[in-house]
Amino acid sequence: MRILLVIAWLLLSLPAWAHKPSDSYLSLSIQDDRIEGQWDIALRDLADAIGLDDDGNGQLTWGEVRNKHDEIKTYALSRLALSADQQACATQLLEQLIDHHTDGAYSVLRFRSDCDGPIERLAVDYRLLFDIDAQHKGLLRLTQDGQTSTAIFSKESPTHEFVIAQRSRWNESLQFIHEGIWHIWLGFDHVLFLLALLLPAVLIRAEGRWQAAGEFSSTCWNVLSIVTAFTVAHSLTLSLAALDVVRLPSRLVESTIAASVVLAGLGNLYPLMTSRRWMIAFGFGLIHGFGFAAVLTDLGLPYDSLLLSLVSFNVGVEIGQLAIVSTFLPLAYLLRRSWSYPRLVLTGGSLAVIAIALVWFTERAFDLQLFPL
Amino acid sequence: MTRSWLLMGLMVFGWSTINQVPSAYPEPYRPTDDAQVLERLSFKVTDPAAREIKGLRADLRNDPHHLESAVQLATRYIEQGRSEGDPRFLGQAQAILAPWWNEQTPPVSTILLRATIRQNAHEFDGALADLDQVLDRQPTNAQAWLTKASILQIQARYDEARRACQRLARLAASHVLLGCLSDLAGMTGQSAKSQELLRQVLSNSDLSSRERIWLATILAETAARTGAIREAEQSFSEAFKVGVKDQYLLSAYADYLLDQRRYQDIIFLLQSETRADGLLLRLALAEQALELPAFQNHTAELAARFAASRERGTTVHVREEARFTLALLHDAKQALPLAQTNWNVQREPADARILLESALAAGNRAAAQPVLDWLNRNHVEDFRLRQLAKQIQEALF
Repeated sequence: MRILLVIAWLLLSLPAWAHKPSDSYLSLSIQDDRIEGQWDIALRDLADAIGLDDDGNGQLTWGEVRNKHDEIKTYALSRLALSADQQACATQLLEQLIDHHTDGAYSVLRFRSDCDGPIERLAVDYRLLFDIDAQHKGLLRLTQDGQTSTAIFSKESPTHEFVIAQRSRWNESLQFIHEGIWHIWLGFDHVLFLLALLLPAVLIRAEGRWQAAGEFSSTCWNVLSIVTAFTVAHSLTLSLAALDVVRLPSRLVESTIAASVVLAGLGNLYPLMTSRRWMIAFGFGLIHGFGFAAVLTDLGLPYDSLLLSLVSFNVGVEIGQLAIVSTFLPLAYLLRRSWSYPRLVLTGGSLAVIAIALVWFTERAFDLQLFPL
Repeated sequence: MTRSWLLMGLMVFGWSTINQVPSAYPEPYRPTDDAQVLERLSFKVTDPAAREIKGLRADLRNDPHHLESAVQLATRYIEQGRSEGDPRFLGQAQAILAPWWNEQTPPVSTILLRATIRQNAHEFDGALADLDQVLDRQPTNAQAWLTKASILQIQARYDEARRACQRLARLAASHVLLGCLSDLAGMTGQSAKSQELLRQVLSNSDLSSRERIWLATILAETAARTGAIREAEQSFSEAFKVGVKDQYLLSAYADYLLDQRRYQDIIFLLQSETRADGLLLRLALAEQALELPAFQNHTAELAARFAASRERGTTVHVREEARFTLALLHDAKQALPLAQTNWNVQREPADARILLESALAAGNRAAAQPVLDWLNRNHVEDFRLRQLAKQIQEALF
């Protein structure tokens, strides 16, 4: 009793806990009649609930966790019930991984839940750990149609219900356009490839040296042919890959894309094909299309509106590409007569492009991490 | 030749450009080595504490309503939470008490534990209601009086706190009464006398180790606040000499060292204490002062932890978060509302200090006013708080 007296006092002035209280992280992503889920549960909590430390040495190894995968699965899945419109959905565990949050290692359970029809009302009933830790909380992140909502499960409120908005085709298509634009802007390899091809577009190669091109219209024509060829080519392969007609290993695709950027840069330094640059754009555009397709697959294509999303994504890519071209072209056209354009911009720019792309190529082709990102 | 050098240079340039892209959040992975250690637990099977807990848990599995075992196990959990700084144990204690938690008139022993758990979650009003319920039924319950006194003190209700302490006079050992009163004394202009009494008690060898740490830490902090540096140092070392690890002592000593600008000592003291947010915060402050590279990582780690705690919707960390935001992120505008929120919940010298510092940095005298009033009303003896108050009153904003 005397000890507790003092402890009661000291607890008050405790500066901050060394650990977080117990939380699990549940994310659910809804697609029609299907729910993709990921559930991160702290290993310490699982150890308290079902016992993981087989050798009792106070340390949890991957081997000990792996041996208990079945128990973890049974325990966790029995404490989470998903139901759509009052029909229980059938949950199936896909894999168990490990992740580290700020307070230690977590077991990551990836699962899929199949419901009886398109989900209109989703009820989530969460009962993890409340019986042994009354302050445990489940932090839910629910994603549908690019919109995220959150909820917190606690002993006092273990169930939540969500109304799932019907998907609007228009919103969905806008979302894919948006993704397309961002992908071309953030996919530096595509931007660099395009820029490398466009750098000499405002110049003409005559008598072995670069000269400023004359009329704006011919320059425009030149640019248009390159951009169109690139577009046609990558749209073609993007569609083929997204519809699963052709499939290439991603390492090959990514390395070839990097190589195409290197070659485009080299082509500016050692001009061989000055007049038919659109052919280069077309040829390599084919491979870039496979790169876009990988992104689209990662986004998760809704299978009932495959074509719409495919077209929307492609439209987004073209919009993003057009924005780049229309920023670049007037600038380059204005600068084309200056002393610096062929030397600094074209030569320097191409060298920089080659340098960056060489790093990419080496990393992708040989699966190396040259520089820790 | 020059061209290849140029190419090399450009490659480095290209790499550094790519490097600017922020790295993605680490992905879940599948470890490849069975022997890889993923997590360390609180107990080994052979630990005596683990055996005791296991036995009690087995009793409760047979009969979840067995009051004696439940109280014993919940007490054990709270104690464990205290020494490890792990709030999980508090949640586990609460779960053990579930059969009685929502009862109208639960047994006194369970209400006391509920009050302790509630005060720990900063539910002070709920905790005080629990304690009053206990004291109605058992007016001589020393633990209830002590806990009540400590909550009232945190809420700056010093007169009521003193009255609660005084009820301990005939109920508990004299040093418990003294400890209860002497923390208050520093807030109410009587620290010289209480320091004298604490010194006498500490010369008594009959104290338990926890009690010795408790009393020596009070003495050290009161001495530091009045500027008696040598006395503070001596009392801290007396507390450390007990040899029991104590989170509160570590953080109080680290704060003292920060004020003394003894940053290297803090690094030495806390470098392996990165799990506790409060201690990591103090470590990062020292690293910042010494311009050590680890400072960056530790600041990012703290930011992630505060974000996680916000996501959970708890406010137990607001004092630390305000201090982090002001002293490490240097964002007075964000720190000030945090410090104000915190002041509305708890009012100890550390809470006063972070509010004054934030108000000063944000150039907002009105925000500091509640603390200035508190200082004047109570004759708080703390020369740093007095200095800050003076700075605010003289500042031209």
